[in-house]
Amino acid sequence: MKSSVIVFPGSNCDRDIAVALKRMQFKNKMVWHKETKLPKSDLIVLPGGFSYGDYLRSGAIAGKSLIIDEVIRAANDGCLVLGICNGFQILTETGLLRGTLLRNKNLKFINKDIQVKVMNNQTKFSNKYKKNEVLKINIAHNEGNFFTDDNHLRELKENNLIAFKYCDEKGNIDDHSNPNGSLENIAGIYNSKKNILGMMPHPERMVDKLISNTDGVNLFSSLLN
Amino acid sequence: MKFSITVTLKKDVLDPQGKVVQNTLINLGLNLKNIRQGKYFEIEVDEKNEAIAEKKVDEMCRKLLVNLIIEDYKINKL
Repeated sequence: MKSSVIVFPGSNCDRDIAVALKRMQFKNKMVWHKETKLPKSDLIVLPGGFSYGDYLRSGAIAGKSLIIDEVIRAANDGCLVLGICNGFQILTETGLLRGTLLRNKNLKFINKDIQVKVMNNQTKFSNKYKKNEVLKINIAHNEGNFFTDDNHLRELKENNLIAFKYCDEKGNIDDHSNPNGSLENIAGIYNSKKNILGMMPHPERMVDKLISNTDGVNLFSSLLN
Repeated sequence: MKFSITVTLKKDVLDPQGKVVQNTLINLGLNLKNIRQGKYFEIEVDEKNEAIAEKKVDEMCRKLLVNLIIEDYKINKL
């Protein structure tokens, strides 16, 4: 499977995701944001970081970069697209995913391992997970507070487009297990065709027992399935 | 032609930064009813016709400067 990781000035999880993808046997290429052609890819990843120093709004400037037209075209043709953290913010700024990510409710940058529940295990990104499986996974963001309008929220629920929700170790989804104030504890969403996933947690940080755990592995092996 | 643009969060979007500023002002003994924090831009365009110039600035707002899901904006001619 071929993957491309788009690199923006200020991306800082691009190499982590490249290591994770290579470990999972993806043939990966790094693509600088000024490129106008995308290598043939089955998966495009928009990595985490602080593209353009979060100027204007997180992801706003990266969302208008040259390569993004190609990403949008590929996504509309059905290519799989994964946006992690800043990548999720960029996806909302391009319009590939609806909604937005506001400043964390407590105004603090949060960097810690939290739990999320797999809400839909029937997608290209999640088919190796069990339904309602609880994953321990790292978050590191200042703007992760998911917000959208009522119509979109209804659509997300009716069409099973919520990928992950923040929960506690037992899988309870409530205010206590919501780290950043996200609407209904939403940590990740799909587009209506389910070929685009945006998520705040970092699965690429959870692929090695030595430094964390392996709860992120199944996201990548699902893609290979 | 010069314009100013004020961008604020929509009424029903939580503004935690504004809340903290509000609490701090109150702690300083400066009472107020409500505060909303926003962004301010000044844009100069090379255009003599005001209607066309304002249209250009409006397009800049909608395409980049403003996230219409959560923000409102006002354009004023300077």
